[in-house]
Amino acid sequence: MTELRYLAPNSLDEAIKAFAAAGSAGRILAGGTDLLVQMRAGVVKPGLIVDIKKIAEMTEIEQTADGGFRVGAAVSGMALHDHASFGKVWPGVLEAVNLIGSKQVQGRASAGGNLCNGSPAGDSVPAMVAAGAIVTVQGPDGRREMPVEQVPAGPGRTNFKPGEILVSFTLPPRPKGSSDAYLRMIPRTEMDIAVVGLGVSLTLKDGVCTAARVGLGAVAPTVLLVEAAAKALIGSKLDEAALNAAAAACSAACRPIDDKRGTIAYRTKVAGVLLKRTTAIAAQRAKGN
Amino acid sequence: MAKVHVSTTINGEPSEFLCEPNDTMLDALRGPLGLTGSKEGCASGDCGACSITVDDNLICSCLMLAVESEGHELRTIEGMAQGEKLHPLQQKFLEMAALQCGICTSGMLVASDALLKRNPKPSEEEVRFWLAGNLCRCTGYDKIVRAVMDTAAEMRAQ
Repeated sequence: MTELRYLAPNSLDEAIKAFAAAGSAGRILAGGTDLLVQMRAGVVKPGLIVDIKKIAEMTEIEQTADGGFRVGAAVSGMALHDHASFGKVWPGVLEAVNLIGSKQVQGRASAGGNLCNGSPAGDSVPAMVAAGAIVTVQGPDGRREMPVEQVPAGPGRTNFKPGEILVSFTLPPRPKGSSDAYLRMIPRTEMDIAVVGLGVSLTLKDGVCTAARVGLGAVAPTVLLVEAAAKALIGSKLDEAALNAAAAACSAACRPIDDKRGTIAYRTKVAGVLLKRTTAIAAQRAKGN
Repeated sequence: MAKVHVSTTINGEPSEFLCEPNDTMLDALRGPLGLTGSKEGCASGDCGACSITVDDNLICSCLMLAVESEGHELRTIEGMAQGEKLHPLQQKFLEMAALQCGICTSGMLVASDALLKRNPKPSEEEVRFWLAGNLCRCTGYDKIVRAVMDTAAEMRAQ
């Protein structure tokens, strides 16, 4: 058995240096709600754990000068919930993050971990995709930004380069008349994994949808940005024809698997249903903004 | 494996212990620290029997590494009563028989206490959602929820 080392550096540079040096034996620890379970099950046997929670940038929620938000990769769901204004500006992202596990899990689990875990069914990811979040990652070759939808590479895999660490999410400022929502289908009311998850972010002006993004989860190897669904919504008054077209686009985008949670046919149908329901919630919220 | 020395605060008392880097906080509590009130139900964060607070934040101690507790303030079920005087939640759980086998009880109490500190007047729905991460395999949920609601009402009246 290789010896496990634990490091909790105060600086990102130190974390990257140690993480890059450890190669495939290194694991990043934020909330640990996936990592510790995987270690316990013997699925991963890390040689080095780098705890990033002592790095200020990783645990901060910052409202940027332009009205956007920067959320550190290790910010817990509870910390995001307790922030004074985040949930007012991004209610859909917040409700998605807060659907992950129990209150105890919320006390530790982060949107950053949810993304890096690479599950196609991660609840926060479709909402972040809909929000147009940009992630900042840093590695031995420096810092770069990428749209959140480009991070997942497949179940359990990301497009990060070796040694790169997710630092933060940047969410854009909101024009007037904007809001977002996230819904997931599960066969119970709590504590379950999405059969389908769908996030919508939109902007309304005089009742017309002027901007929209749709993120769709648990129906393909990665969470999807469904541009065809957004296109069907933009320019419409969210009338039945537009909603039907957007729902059809979501169903068409599905490449799901049959498993104990849902069949291919069921997931494909529910993706369209959720598009309509989620859009209705986002539109209702946007009217008040 | 080299043991790690950890300094932390548990139930207001400075505390030091040695652990392996991959020990969970629950391992440390129940092992070197001798605080066996926190229970291991699932060891995967599903059951809440190991609930503790870290800097007033409710978590499952099975999902935290013991080494992470360095410099933090932990509270466990052992810190709930003041000497011989039970916490109002503990008293109410006894009075209303809100426990059967007892394995989930310390987690239920720690989680309920965390709820009432944040929200002294929770609705029944809020109590049920808050405790959704605490499983009672005797399925005695109704009595537990009623005990939490009654305690909250009594604490507000005081």
